Amino acid sequence: MQPNNDVKWMTAGESGLAGLFTLAVFLCIIAVAKAEDAPFAFHATLAGFASLAAVFAIFNRYFDRASLPPQEINGRPNYNFGPIKFASFMAMFWGIAGFTVGLLIALQLAWPALNFDLPWTTFGRLRPLHTSAVVFAFGGNVLLATSFYVVQKTCRVRLAGDLAPWFVVLGYNFFILIAGTGYLLGVTQSKEYAEPEWYADLWLTIVWVTYLLVFLLTLVKRKEPHIFVANWFYLAFIVTIAVLHLGNNPALPVSVFGSKSYVAWGGVQDAMFQWWYGHNAVGFFLTAGFLAIMYYFIPKRAERPVYSYRLSIVHFWAIIFLYIWAGPHHLHYTALPDWAQTLGMTFSIMLWMPSWGGMINGLMTLSGAWDKLRTDPVLRMLVVSVAFYGMATFEGPLMSIKVVNSLSHYTDWTIGHVHSGALGWVGFVSFGALYCLVPWIWQRKELYSLRLVNWHFWVATIGIVLYISAMWVSGILQGLMWRAYTSLGFLEYSFIESVEAMHPFYIIRALGGGLFLVGALIMAFNLWMTVRVGEAESEVPLSSGATLQAAE
Amino acid sequence: MRAILTVQNFASDIVVTLWTPTFVGIFIAVVAYALWPRNKSTFDAAARLPLSED
Repeated sequence: MQPNNDVKWMTAGESGLAGLFTLAVFLCIIAVAKAEDAPFAFHATLAGFASLAAVFAIFNRYFDRASLPPQEINGRPNYNFGPIKFASFMAMFWGIAGFTVGLLIALQLAWPALNFDLPWTTFGRLRPLHTSAVVFAFGGNVLLATSFYVVQKTCRVRLAGDLAPWFVVLGYNFFILIAGTGYLLGVTQSKEYAEPEWYADLWLTIVWVTYLLVFLLTLVKRKEPHIFVANWFYLAFIVTIAVLHLGNNPALPVSVFGSKSYVAWGGVQDAMFQWWYGHNAVGFFLTAGFLAIMYYFIPKRAERPVYSYRLSIVHFWAIIFLYIWAGPHHLHYTALPDWAQTLGMTFSIMLWMPSWGGMINGLMTLSGAWDKLRTDPVLRMLVVSVAFYGMATFEGPLMSIKVVNSLSHYTDWTIGHVHSGALGWVGFVSFGALYCLVPWIWQRKELYSLRLVNWHFWVATIGIVLYISAMWVSGILQGLMWRAYTSLGFLEYSFIESVEAMHPFYIIRALGGGLFLVGALIMAFNLWMTVRVGEAESEVPLSSGATLQAAE
Repeated sequence: MRAILTVQNFASDIVVTLWTPTFVGIFIAVVAYALWPRNKSTFDAAARLPLSED
């Protein structure tokens, strides 16, 4: 690539990307000038400044660097940790932001005056901010960080691409910024978990395809002949999210200079597409991606091999074959044809087995190492997350059964179910992974304090138990009140009476969510101190990759 | 319009007829691959992959 050693050339990637971002700056200026609504002008301004910053970052890196970072140093892979550090930091940041907004909207449900009578802080705008912040911002950054780490380590090669990994992590977080500020300003296409408007969707498509390419090309150049099972799960997550995103979001903007668009699908087909997307976001974002984390981090932390590699292959493919059909259980007793509802229910029940296949494999990996649960709170967090996974994936099929759903649907039971999975499984497995990852990538001997991890574990666990038990009681109470008849055939309760009955449970739920947030704050302090004052690892295998800068 | 419907019916027939047996076949092949005795040593080594990296 370098014909003359005396002259430092810009790579095609550097010059091409700098050129594209320069063009983007001008396009953004035009978009701001011609914008038809204020949020669109605001977002175009943000995009313009971000593009300008990208051009400066690319040139700065070019001037600072000597040559490109080598693929190997002394025969060992020169792992690329920079983008992983950034994504880990952003995961913690968005996690705390998302949990805080969740606590605020929980308090709003108990005391509605807390919406402050402002449009930007109404429940309807903050709720998608909360869900997107915890699922896509927190969870997404955890998946970016861990997938880039695991694929390098298990393939024994440096991450493919030079600027591409940075483009993925920075571009993804810019998408989060556009999506989140859009919700506050009232920009939404009103599809649950797919609220971002057309321009944010297009940007995410570009970022996601780059992510897929970085991941695939790293697999292609691997030194390890076998592709480890965690990478299969990551790949399934990346590919399926791409397909879901494209399937659910084809939309026609009213104007290319405005934020409003109309989705191509209409009526019940739109609903079916939406929940095909929505449930598989649960299946492939919140399950497959985090199962990948389980398959790498639990064996690593417990220092035990994966319990049954055969089971991992079978339950992986079973999940892939079954999950994609389960979406219609979100549309029981709606205009969706009855056979489609039954199909969704049937596949949801079948999903129970592959889900528990994963749970058994994760738990049994501790065979011969169960004693470590007493002494290692990080491993305890990882293992308890798998237990919550088992619980949530038993409850899910149960709730998909039509007669159960007739009681549970539209009640707080659904919220309780989602949070036992989200806080218990996704949250805890992410916390466990970050507690492992941060000392590894910053080359620290160990965490700043295991006692603080222990505190985090117990505070958050009590929070989860308060949260989910409050929602179970509240949901079943709500469902039963809605269907209660008097002897004369009238509804026994008015709707507002059921709302009134929820009040104590909403307070308990907010308390539980508050404890979960306190746990996350303890964690952030612990990780910060690990990086700041933690003892450096004695044997430092890597010379580069230790700084958080674009020069990675 | 009628031509489109005919093509759609034909495609639908193919999918309905072949979809299930094809996918069941692929899944059986996956299970056979996973349980094949000769693959055991590969899988045992793969299960230790996270522990044996540099």
